[in-house]
Amino acid sequence: MSDKKNIFEKIAEGQIWKSIFRGGGAPKTRRQRMMVVLNSVFLHLHPVRLPKHAVKLKFTWCMGGLSFFIFLILTISGILLMFYYRPTIEYAYTDIMDLTEQVPFGIMREIHRWGAHAMVIAVWLHMFRVFMTGSYKPPREFNWSVGVILLVLTLLLSFTGYLLPWDQLAIWAIAVGSNMAGATPFLGAEGPGSSLLAIGDINFITKASDARFGLIGGRFLGEATLLRFYVLHCIGLPFIIMIFMAVHFWRIRKDGGISTPV
Amino acid sequence: MDAFKSLVNYISNPTILFTAVLVGFPFVFPPTNWFYKVHKKLGIHKLWTKKGLIIMVAITIAFFIFGLGDDNFKKIVLKPDNVPISGLIILLIFFTWLSLSQAYKNDKLIDEGKPVDEHYEAPNDKVLVWPDLVYVELISLILFSAFMLIWSIGLPAPLEEPANPSESPNPAKAPWYFLGLQEMLVYFDPWYAGVVLPTFIIIGLMAIPYIDTDPNGSGYYSYKNRMLSLSIYLFGWLVLWNVLIVIGTFLRGPNWGFFGPFEYWDSHRLEALTNVNLSELFYIKWLNMGLPSNILVREAPGLLIMFLTFAVTPPLLAKTALKSFYERLGSTRYTIFVVLMIFGALLPVKMYLRWFFNLKYIISMPEFFFNF
Repeated sequence: MSDKKNIFEKIAEGQIWKSIFRGGGAPKTRRQRMMVVLNSVFLHLHPVRLPKHAVKLKFTWCMGGLSFFIFLILTISGILLMFYYRPTIEYAYTDIMDLTEQVPFGIMREIHRWGAHAMVIAVWLHMFRVFMTGSYKPPREFNWSVGVILLVLTLLLSFTGYLLPWDQLAIWAIAVGSNMAGATPFLGAEGPGSSLLAIGDINFITKASDARFGLIGGRFLGEATLLRFYVLHCIGLPFIIMIFMAVHFWRIRKDGGISTPV
Repeated sequence: MDAFKSLVNYISNPTILFTAVLVGFPFVFPPTNWFYKVHKKLGIHKLWTKKGLIIMVAITIAFFIFGLGDDNFKKIVLKPDNVPISGLIILLIFFTWLSLSQAYKNDKLIDEGKPVDEHYEAPNDKVLVWPDLVYVELISLILFSAFMLIWSIGLPAPLEEPANPSESPNPAKAPWYFLGLQEMLVYFDPWYAGVVLPTFIIIGLMAIPYIDTDPNGSGYYSYKNRMLSLSIYLFGWLVLWNVLIVIGTFLRGPNWGFFGPFEYWDSHRLEALTNVNLSELFYIKWLNMGLPSNILVREAPGLLIMFLTFAVTPPLLAKTALKSFYERLGSTRYTIFVVLMIFGALLPVKMYLRWFFNLKYIISMPEFFFNF
């Protein structure tokens, strides 16, 4: 056996590589392979070892991991779209039009839109799998509830993004959705009980102060609605969902990793 | 061909489609031992074999291919935002099959006294995350990314006319994942279908682990030992959520009228609006008198029915049919469970009241925007 090392081995044992990847070198022994996971900020989302059914696709469907991966795709493609999109009635539609017509082979908007649909489906199927394997049972009850919140946030993210192209499809879908808010019990101007929140003749819940008004930022869908949904879609909801995702992932580990038969 | 199309149009009417699903459901996903026995006797469990999967997927795909030859069908199914739902239908069939085929296999192993498929002996049966899990993840990511690229190149994202608040499309539809709720708007007012019902769905989902406290059946697929909870969940998820989404997306046309999959969306078709409230049925039709002017007297029949449903039914069931439930769950869990179940059951009940009696509202107090 010659002592000559190829270029990759040299790099892997050099100072730079070793300083970035603690330990360095290709993990060959069992100990090294365990250290790879322990030494990486990203990989240590995982435990070091797993029961063998946890790596089988027929058991996990990979839907939880895929939901997170799609979230990352959506974040990246969303940031790129934000460079070109201005959330005003004057520009929103034409900016989207430009993305479609002026960019050769431009598919960033397609990736973002179909990714959003795919994420909704992936989250649903993840929930389906978790139910079918009984993985919501103790000690994972709370993490199931966190998962339900993540599901709702996923739908809200998709819903707020639906308005942004500012075309007929967008505003009428949001009109159907936001009209519901006007019927909220007590807090919507057309909701049951809203007339009870009054002192004498003064109604507190009117079309200019109810839940719908708060959601769309006005009596009608317009400039304020677009800005509001844009901010919620790009900053507000991603901020909240990331907090819940952190809790969700952390609790998976703390509750004993992937569920196993007792 | 045309005879087949009109047959499909006819049976996909919610009245027939939903009834068929409702009647067939407990035999396909049995909730109790009795249904389970019939389910086995009729051989329905063979759906969860490889042959069953091939037949189910083949029929679905054949139907879509056949349908695409029809202009009306093509127009709706190939709408860009509707494409994911066709995908969802296939995915639902596949994943329902995938989970139940493993569940039935494990049921058999449990019957034979053997350990389930997912059983492992710690620590010998453990595998390392690097490389055993990491490479599965990597391959999934690459395959999914390739799939996303092909999908995105092949199907342009929809962009319609610029927004025009003064010109509403007919029908105006919410995003597809909310169409089950929009379908409920036919039977309930917005305050219920759009606000209270979704809240109940969220609360109900979050309550599942606190109501189903049986610790058995965690971490592996199984059916027989968790029959009832699986059957209830699958009914909510497959029927009340996904079937209604499919109806709302593919079968609801102008004025939210019902149209078969091969029917032309005629926006000038008139729907007879002959719906009546329970108070009108009670006082005018049955008692032959005018409506009382006092709201509470006028709505007394509806209020009485609601009182019986929510205040009398749960304790009555606790003493009779659900006695063992009540003893196992305790009064708080039992009450929450039964009330949530009643709210769930009210959806199909209201649908049938509408179809058979043209009933609009059980309680109608437009004075307070309170109609139910």
